[in-house]
Amino acid sequence: MTGRIGAAVSRIDARKKVMGEARYAADFAVPNPLYAHLVTSTIGRGAITGIDESEARTVPGLREIFSHANPLGLEPDGMFSTGGHAQQGWEPFAGPDVRFYGETVAMVVADDILAAREAAKRLRVAYSAEAPAAVFGAEGLEPEELPDMALSSGDLDAAMEAAAERVEVEYDTAANTHNAMELFATTAVWSGKDLTLYVPSQWVEGFRAGVASELGIAPERVRIVSPYVGGGFGGKGSLYTFTPMVAAAARRLNRPVKLYVTREQGFTTASYRAETQQSVRLGARADGRFTGFEHKGRELSSRPDTYVVNGADKTARMYHADAVRTGVTCVHADRQTPGFMRAPAETPYYFALESAVDELARRLEMDPVELRRRNDIDAEPVNGVPYTSRSLMECYDMAGEAFGWRDYDPAVGSMRDGDWLVGWGCATAAYPTQMAPCAVRVHFDRTGRARVMVASHDLGTGAYTVIAQAAAEGLGLEVDRVEVELGDSRLPPGTIAGGSISTASNVSVIQIACERIMQRLGTTPERIDVAAVFDAFGQGAIEEYAEWAPRGSRPNARGGLYGAEVGIVGGPEEEYTAFAFGAEYAEVRINRWTREIRVPRLYGAFAAGRIMNEKTATSQYLGGMIWGLGHALQEKTEIDPRTGAVMNDNISEYIVPVNADVMDVRAMMVPEEDTLVNPAGIKGIGEIGIVGTAAAIANAVHHATGIRVRHVPIRVEDLIGTG
Amino acid sequence: MRPFSFQKPGSVEEAVAVVEPMGVAGQGGAFHAGGTTVIDLMKLHVLQPPSLTDLGGVLERGIEEGEDGTLRVGAGTTMAEAAEHPAFLRAPVLSEALWKAASAQLRNVATLGGNLLQRTRCPYFRDNVSACNKREPGSGCAAKDGINRLLAVLGTSESCIANYPGDWANALILFDAVLETRSGGGGREIAFGDLHVPPGEDPARETILGDDELITAIRLSVPEWASRSVYTKVRDRDSYAFALTSAAVALDLDGDTVREARLAIGGAATVPWRAREVEDWLAGRELTEDVAVEAGRRAFAGARGWGENDFKIPLGRDTVARGLMEAKAMTPRNSGDSQ
Repeated sequence: MTGRIGAAVSRIDARKKVMGEARYAADFAVPNPLYAHLVTSTIGRGAITGIDESEARTVPGLREIFSHANPLGLEPDGMFSTGGHAQQGWEPFAGPDVRFYGETVAMVVADDILAAREAAKRLRVAYSAEAPAAVFGAEGLEPEELPDMALSSGDLDAAMEAAAERVEVEYDTAANTHNAMELFATTAVWSGKDLTLYVPSQWVEGFRAGVASELGIAPERVRIVSPYVGGGFGGKGSLYTFTPMVAAAARRLNRPVKLYVTREQGFTTASYRAETQQSVRLGARADGRFTGFEHKGRELSSRPDTYVVNGADKTARMYHADAVRTGVTCVHADRQTPGFMRAPAETPYYFALESAVDELARRLEMDPVELRRRNDIDAEPVNGVPYTSRSLMECYDMAGEAFGWRDYDPAVGSMRDGDWLVGWGCATAAYPTQMAPCAVRVHFDRTGRARVMVASHDLGTGAYTVIAQAAAEGLGLEVDRVEVELGDSRLPPGTIAGGSISTASNVSVIQIACERIMQRLGTTPERIDVAAVFDAFGQGAIEEYAEWAPRGSRPNARGGLYGAEVGIVGGPEEEYTAFAFGAEYAEVRINRWTREIRVPRLYGAFAAGRIMNEKTATSQYLGGMIWGLGHALQEKTEIDPRTGAVMNDNISEYIVPVNADVMDVRAMMVPEEDTLVNPAGIKGIGEIGIVGTAAAIANAVHHATGIRVRHVPIRVEDLIGTG
Repeated sequence: MRPFSFQKPGSVEEAVAVVEPMGVAGQGGAFHAGGTTVIDLMKLHVLQPPSLTDLGGVLERGIEEGEDGTLRVGAGTTMAEAAEHPAFLRAPVLSEALWKAASAQLRNVATLGGNLLQRTRCPYFRDNVSACNKREPGSGCAAKDGINRLLAVLGTSESCIANYPGDWANALILFDAVLETRSGGGGREIAFGDLHVPPGEDPARETILGDDELITAIRLSVPEWASRSVYTKVRDRDSYAFALTSAAVALDLDGDTVREARLAIGGAATVPWRAREVEDWLAGRELTEDVAVEAGRRAFAGARGWGENDFKIPLGRDTVARGLMEAKAMTPRNSGDSQ
């Protein structure tokens, strides 16, 4: 048998993608559509005082202009974090207020796309503008402390006092924008009272519920179609305001309506990773054992919405500490509400933690790997809850061996190579193991073909492939005998594609369905003779509908599947602490004259339970590490503090790594068996790759130059004298 | 998109006869060659020409080598063609400045004539909203106190700090290039160093070209010793990024002593920026690391930072020093060597 669990199976959808046959949301042709175009605000705070439509109305083919003056009658569904499905908690057309630069203030609909864009350009929106407070340091920010999210154990002040060495430092991380290749889009088609929406989505169930609630119709009247997603990264996980707007406009105009959101508009009408300011206090005894750890974060959000990622809840579980204290403050600003972006909590907060550990290793004059080894634990330190499994040091050992860490000379600047300053650094990666309830339908027939149906999603991650592998394993088939349907809200409810939960959840429920099919057919995957068992069964096909809810779910969580409840559990829980771990090593080369930072080597080893597919898993890890490289050295959404405008709202000046930046990047896998996390033994790998990279690179930069940069991105100007 | 007419003239003469002025002085009319600047800015509505006059098949294309290192470059030659041309490879600064620019896709369509006229990437020019004296004369300059990390520190004025973003012009300016142009009034020759105009009080005017004037060819003279030349480009990523700072360097050395140095600075200036005073200062000196550092200091002596871009002054100095030392370390080709 080939292509079952663990095998390095090539993506079963690869050919379709290469041949252009995979249809992304905006690719669906609908009959006789109108085209919409958004108009976004050119002030950062204030109100619309008037909209002059006269010039726009002269554009041939204009159909309608929607705005607060001609609203679409939508009701806010509510933010994801408050139990809703939307990215932000308010409706842009509810009134004249402007809450951030680039907020949608109008939507123009016309017969063709050029007319829509031209009319949008000709719309004259007048504002009364106020000075916005859009960035840290601005006057008029509103900090909101969130004490319910804080952790505390032991006497932190005493623990810090007892330390032989300590670091008490601040770290900053920049705003980032997802910039998936696939732009945002929505196409809405009504058929009587039934609505079909083609929209890139990491959560078709949630989008269906959110759109229905905003439109005031029953969810079963709405269908969300998103079979392929051209990069999600968290940016397509909650419902944006433009999607229900297009649906409502299509209803009003009695025609299908299609909207493409431009690259520039994607920077402001969708979510982003907000800036953070973090303070870390970390103390250790002379033997390296940590005494106290305090981690506090301040995160920007919009005025109305409270959104924080609160990564200190995770960093607090990483190492031994006699005492721990965390805190988080939501700082309300004149900005869009932020949202999920790959390892939302971990990416910024592990940059701070793992930089601080490196700083402390320097003070202790101890190898940074050894310092982590001395603080390795079996149970998290806040509540003493044991890990299901923890292979952190095995990751350090495997990647360190490949990297050659044994030759590490800690002296700053010790590895110079001609005009190039060379540095090595390392950092821990970790990501909570999470799952959510989900359902599946598995169809199996006498021809030996199976079909797996679940409203899950493939963001380019390989979900189609690993789902096929799971069914092939469970039914005793070759993987090419399994077809998979995803990304359609008519399918059995799946999970949101976020929190690295999809594979663990899908495989767990597919196992149940397949086991039941085997039972009903009276056979096992190992000895199945397809024709014979179906002859004996007396029917040519069999279908099984299964549900699964992870341990720790609320009572009756499976019922929540039919109400688009998220239901994510895992990570630090009452009974167990479940995380995947990794270790990343970076080598940097910095030109001694001009200080550009290059990364010739980036090695990571990861332990994430059972690996479904070595090939797609490697791609996930590499993709995460490469994004981490960009996060460390390049990515920054540049906000003009005077206006709140994004000044690099294009992929020319919003810099992400290109091939030339990506040299020897390797991902290794530490074998790990963990039967406690879930029946499939899967921890999830979508996000962990990015988590340790920025700190590993920052630590290497320090090793090369002696300059400790406590923010990302680290750019030339951080390493160049100003004399 | 605004409606515009697309004109397909059959010759350069016809092109300059039918082109409609764009309405902003110094843009050279709404000609369309590779389109990598003009189409981009039209999509942003920064440029709204009533017509485009297409130069496809009309412009001279290719590089002719004359006696004594003189080259005649058709303005329609693409960046990609020129980057690989043996004559350019013999003076590496000319080739490197091309292949280190933009992306392979852009270099395949962008022409050298158009490349010289590439417009700034200043975000306040491109956003079509902010105060910008270049886009809307008299409206002010939002960049001076704004997000100006990528903008100029040399040649700026209170009216404008937009940088010239191109690379190849910084190499070309080393070689006493002459532009051949055509306009409705006939032809003329322009010393390339005179083409671009620093912003002063009129940043909308970027070149001395008339509205209907078209660059048809570029002549330059490349001395054999320019085989010792480099284009040192510092940028936020290793490909497909504009220069933070760059240095175009060609050196004629006698042992370690400079017979003649040529130096231009990119990324940090409002126009292609030849540092002739530094060249004069270098002549006759032994090129040590200290001398290279001092050359960098002198090259940026008149620089002014605007906040976020203050770092370009020390970075620019070091870029010049690095370029000089890298050129010194080169092993020049033997004469007659060709690829």
